[in-house]
Parts: sequence; C-alpha cells; structure tokens
Amino acid sequence: MAAKPKVATASLAGCFGCHMSILDIDERILDLIELIDFDKSPIDDLKEFTGRCAIGLIEGGCCNEENVRNLIEFRKHCDLLISVGECAICGGIPALRNTLPLQECFDEAYKHGPTVYNPSGQYPNDPDLPLILNKVYPCHEVVKIDYHLQGCPPSADTIWAALTALLTGKPVQLPYELIKYD
Amino acid sequence: MSAQGAAHIKAICKAAGNDPARLMDIAIAVQKQLGAVSDTAIDLIATHLKIPRVDVDSLVTFYAFFSKTPKGRVIIRLCNDVVDQMNGAAEVAAALETELGIRFGETSPDGAISLEYAPCIGLSDQAPAALINDVPVTHLDSGKARHLAQLLKREGTQARLVKTFGDGNNAHDLIRSMVVNNIRETGPVILAPYTSGSGLKKALALSPAEVIRDIKTSRLRGRGGAGFPTGMKWDFTRQAGGDQRFIICNADEGEPGTFKDRVLMTECPDLIFEGMTIAGYAVGAAEGIFYLRAEYAYLEKFLTAILTQRRKAGQLGQTICGKAGFHFDIRLQMGAGAYVCGEETALISSCEGRRGDPKNRPPFPAQKGYKGCPTSVNNAETLCCVARILECGPGWFAAMGTKGSAGTKLLSISGDCARPGVYEVPFGVKVSDLLKKVGADHTAAIQVGGPSGRMIGPKEFNRIICYDDLSTGGSFILFNKGRNVVDIARQFMDFFVEESCGYCTPCRVGNVLLRNKLVEILAGHGALEDLAYLEELGRTTKLASRCGLGQTSPNPVLSTLENFRPAYEALFKKSRGHEPVLANFDLQAALSQGSILAGRASSIFTPVNGSQP
Repeated sequence: MAAKPKVATASLAGCFGCHMSILDIDERILDLIELIDFDKSPIDDLKEFTGRCAIGLIEGGCCNEENVRNLIEFRKHCDLLISVGECAICGGIPALRNTLPLQECFDEAYKHGPTVYNPSGQYPNDPDLPLILNKVYPCHEVVKIDYHLQGCPPSADTIWAALTALLTGKPVQLPYELIKYD
Repeated sequence: MSAQGAAHIKAICKAAGNDPARLMDIAIAVQKQLGAVSDTAIDLIATHLKIPRVDVDSLVTFYAFFSKTPKGRVIIRLCNDVVDQMNGAAEVAAALETELGIRFGETSPDGAISLEYAPCIGLSDQAPAALINDVPVTHLDSGKARHLAQLLKREGTQARLVKTFGDGNNAHDLIRSMVVNNIRETGPVILAPYTSGSGLKKALALSPAEVIRDIKTSRLRGRGGAGFPTGMKWDFTRQAGGDQRFIICNADEGEPGTFKDRVLMTECPDLIFEGMTIAGYAVGAAEGIFYLRAEYAYLEKFLTAILTQRRKAGQLGQTICGKAGFHFDIRLQMGAGAYVCGEETALISSCEGRRGDPKNRPPFPAQKGYKGCPTSVNNAETLCCVARILECGPGWFAAMGTKGSAGTKLLSISGDCARPGVYEVPFGVKVSDLLKKVGADHTAAIQVGGPSGRMIGPKEFNRIICYDDLSTGGSFILFNKGRNVVDIARQFMDFFVEESCGYCTPCRVGNVLLRNKLVEILAGHGALEDLAYLEELGRTTKLASRCGLGQTSPNPVLSTLENFRPAYEALFKKSRGHEPVLANFDLQAALSQGSILAGRASSIFTPVNGSQP
C-alpha cells in the first residue's frame, strides 16, 4: 500500500478556532486518517516536518517573525498551501492594530492599559520572544497561497468538503450553505 | 464668529436669493470674504438657505478650494502634475519651503501665507507654474521661487506680482496676466478671424430645426473626447419633454496636460458664447451656464465683461438680435477645484450647488440634466465650431478633416519638445508628423488624452488623429527616452486617488490598490505575477466604476503594461535570496519598528543581502 499523503497544519496569529473547527468534523476524523497522515501539526503535536506534505493548512496571519519563519517552512514543505479562515486571509482581529503605530500598541498593552501594573515601564523583551512585525500581514502577502477557505472559522463541513475533494482529486464543491455567514 | 462675519454671510446668501442651487457661489463668496467656510459659517448658510446642514458641509469638504479652517491670506498652489515635475517642480517646491520656513500643507504662523500643491492648473505648456491666490505665475525655477516668496512675505499680497504681461488678451486690462497663449499653429476654424455676431445672425435666419440640420450636415462631433455627434445631442435635448431646457458649456478642462480652453477663453470668448447662444436657439433653451474652473478664476472678470458687452450689443438677453421670442442669457458658474466636475453629470451637480458627484446615466443630460430638465452639455471647443459652421456653412466645415472626423482639432502639446503650446490642425494628422511640427526628436512615449487616455509608444506613431483611429480630447504629453514610464503612471494614479469622488467602491479603492502596487514595483519589490494582478484589477475598476473617472483611471497602468511591459520587467529584481517569500514582502521593513522597540536585531532573520531565513 502506497504511503498516505501527509497534511500539516499551523496556527499563526490566530485563536485556534480554525483548528477547533478541524476537530469539529467529529467521527469523520476516523475517515480522514484513513486518507492521510498528519505531519507537523498541533493536532499530533509534531514540532518539525518529517517529510514532504501534500497539503498545509494555515490558520492566522503573520504578526511576528516566528509566524513568518513558520509560514516559509510550510511553503517549502507543502505542495498546496491553504489559508484557512479570516485571519489567514485578511489578518482578522489581530490586524485591527494595523491602523496604529507599533509603539502605540506596545504602550497601551504594557504601560497605559487600565489593568497594567508595570512600574519599570519596560516592554517584555526576552531574547526568546520573536520580534513583532510593523503590522499583521495576511499569508498571501508573505508567500504564495494556493487556496483560501473563508469563514470565521470555516465550518467543519467546509473543511471536510475541501480536504476530501483535494485528496481524492475531485473538484471542490462548496454549496451555498457552507459559504454563507449570517 | 463675529457679528460682522455673520452679517457678511447673511448678505452673501441674500445676494444669491437664498437659493440652494447657488450654494457654490455662496461658499465661494464666504471663503473669499472670511478666509474659510467654518462650521459656524456652515450652520448659518444652512439656516439662511433652509437646507440640511449636511448638504452645506458635504459641499465644503468636497472641493479643494474650500477650507473649514482659515488658510493664509495668500495661498500658493504649486502645480505638481507630471509635466511640472519634469520641469523642476521639486526644486521650486524646495526653494519655497526654505524661503517661507513652512512645509507644503502648512500656513505660516502669522497667517500670511499657505503652501499647497494643486493638480493641473492648465499651464503645462509653461511649467512649472503656480497660482498665487488666483494669479498664475509661470516658468518658475528655484531662483524665481525664492524671489516670489520674498516679495509675498514683504508685501503680503499678490497684487504687484506680475510685471510683464503675456501676449494677446493676457495683457487685457481685465486679465493682466503673465500667462502666454503659446498659439503655435492657427487653423481655418477656431483660431481664425471672426466677426462677433456673424454666425448668430445666420442662425437666427433659420428655424431651430434647420440649425440642428446644419450641425448634423457638418458632421460636427464633441471635442471633449467622447466624440458624440453634436447635432444628435441637440435633437435629443430639443425633443425631450418639459418647457425648460438648458445649455451648459464645459470649459472645466481639469485633465492634466490640457489647456486649449484657457486659450479659447482668452482669445475667443465671443466665439464660445456665440456657440452657446446658437445652441440655446436650436434646442429651445433660455439659459446657459458657463462653467469656469477655479484655476482659471483670473479670467472671470474678463469673461464677465464680454458677457455684459454681448448683452449691450443685443446678442444676449431679451429678443436677441431682434428675433422675436428668442430670449437667452448666460451665467458664469465658478468651480472650486475638482477634476471630476469635468464629467458632465458631475458638472451638472456642481452647477446645482452640490458636491461634484456624478449621476447615473441613463437618463442622459439630454433627457434629464440641470435641475431635472433636458440639458445639452457641450465642450467649449465644440461650441466654437458651431458658431463658425453657422457663419461659413456646414459644407465648408465638412470638407475639412477626414471622412469620419470633420473640421479641425485643437491640440494641447506639452512635455519634452521644443515648441509646447496649442496647435489647430485638421483631423487626419499623423502622430509622427505632429512630433516633427512640435520639435520633438527623441520621443519615446506619448500620453494621449491626458491621464485618463492612453500612453502610446513608437509603434503607434503612425496612427492618425481622428475619431476612428487615435481619438482624443487633444492633450499630448511627450516623454523622451530616459523618462520612467512606470513612475509616470504612478504619478497619474496619485492624481486619480486624490480626485476620485469616493462615491463608488471600485474607483475609491481600486485606484488606491493600483497606485500602491506601482509604488511597490518602483521600490524594487515587484514580481512578475504583479503584472497579471494589475491587469485584472485595472479591468475590474474600469468595468465596475460608476462614472467616467473610474472607467478610465486605470488606463495609465493598462496602457503602459500593454506598450511598455519591458519597463516594468526591468524593475523586478532577479531574486532577493529568500525564496519562497514573495518579492513584494519586505521583511526587513516589516521588522524595523519591532526591532527598535526591542532594541535588538532579529535572531531569526539576519539581514545578509536582503534577508536570508
């Protein structure tokens, strides 16, 4: 039996909601693992790629350099890269800060916010902390993205329909109910 | 606001009959009298005119020449269009800033002088140019700019700025401007001797239907650029229902690189007004509106005097030239600095005392125009042709030019050439012959029809200027080899971003995205796939925009992509060594602020020849 195609997932500047939605396919996850193996992903807690992947699912945009590095790794290892959900596609809630200079965001978060206690006035700056980008970027502004799956989050059925279609080589059918959001 | 200020506003509103349709005139007068149309002034105007405050507010914030906060007593508006940039506007700007000690967009602390940029002020043939309040100054350089700034600082007024006057009527007592006509070639139709009243008298000897028939026979088409048959437009206007009809003369040539109407208004105002009067007779209108853009305010007194003169001569007013039942008069409508008002439906909005918002077409103005009445909007040059056709006959006119394009065309030539200015040429002239005529030997690109037109390269220089081949409103901006066509397209897009009225999303957003992508490409962050993106976005913007502005604004991008693709490709860096990151994404720039705040460089991405993961 030929090796199953691999799928990797990552949550960048997101809330893990899209990953919850992946898990929300419920018992179909048993069907899914008949079709694929998970590679680097929070789902199996694999930290590094073990080989070439057929599909990479990206949740969240890029708000720091760590996100960028991660996204680059995904682009290098995955045949198809899919932006999943509003944050990956448009920046989402994290991108609300894009209208403000970074310094103002830091000041509000670490100095002047109503619940902040920070007598030294320092910003958190451990060398292990990744540098924050000037603004939050959607994934397709950093690397080439092959597909976008809209939603906040995209429903489990949407993710299921897209994945199974891609993995079985059939055209993706997303009926109206799966892509309406009110 | 002082009681005196409030009294001024009351008087200004009263003088305009407290008529909301005259809101433009009211706002212009208030701006002039009080130096601003403040929020309090807006309240007062709305009260006097009995209209919602928002109507006044939206008008005041729409036009570039209005401001809510007081500006300097003298406002310097330096033209920063492409041709001015080519001729050293940047050095002029630097000299003005240094000498005045303020930056562009600022007013000096004593409230004496404001410094601003203006898009085209209709003087591309004598660039760099600026308006000092409404006084044009031309052929500037850094030395003259310093001198100018010193003089304005010393005297606080533009009154004694102009020492020598231009040719022709530019030296007229009511103009007294240093602007020169730059008429390089006269022709048989427009820039030819004309006896005031001769066309009008012949028209009045005919019935209105016969006048329209003559215009149709002459095969005259609109000179503004669209080329709609004038006779047909008049026919539609005449046949439309209702008992009131209007004629509007569009002399709002805001298209950068266009300045023929400036010359027409200076040298042939009689011809224009006569054309309007004949149009009024033909379609059955009693009122005509002449729309004068704010940039040409220096011609206002002169044009008003010509209108008065024509009234005295019986060529305007009641029973014109003794023709029983024919009453027609013309009022001058000043604009206040908005490019989009050159679009006929936006122009009508402006005449009605509103923001220059375009309206949906259909209904076309011929059915439902000014104040909802049938209105014929004609270009100033078209109306000049009308008067001459009536004088000399439709056959005379139709015999000139080419089969589909009768008569002559005024061309506004600017940019890299020895003899910029206005040329009257018969339709059918080849572009390459025109280049010889104007003394342009090293032309690599021509922007035809202004920013909303197309940029053509040498392979199209054998095309013929007429409606069936290279159709144009008459503006030719010439660029030599060595000019960066992508940067020129970017400057045009800056212009459209500024001038979009913002009503519809494709135009408001599409132009910004197009401009931003060009900026990225020019900064060396472009990639090949950007060209497909630009093409698709440009097509979408054109397709989905509401009026002519957005339907043509992507043209600088699309036509340079079509004709100058290598210029774009040359800007793409081969590889910045950090595959697979897109060329558009500038990682070092994205990290710059975060790096400063953390006080350390990235430990993930070290900047070696760009950025290597």
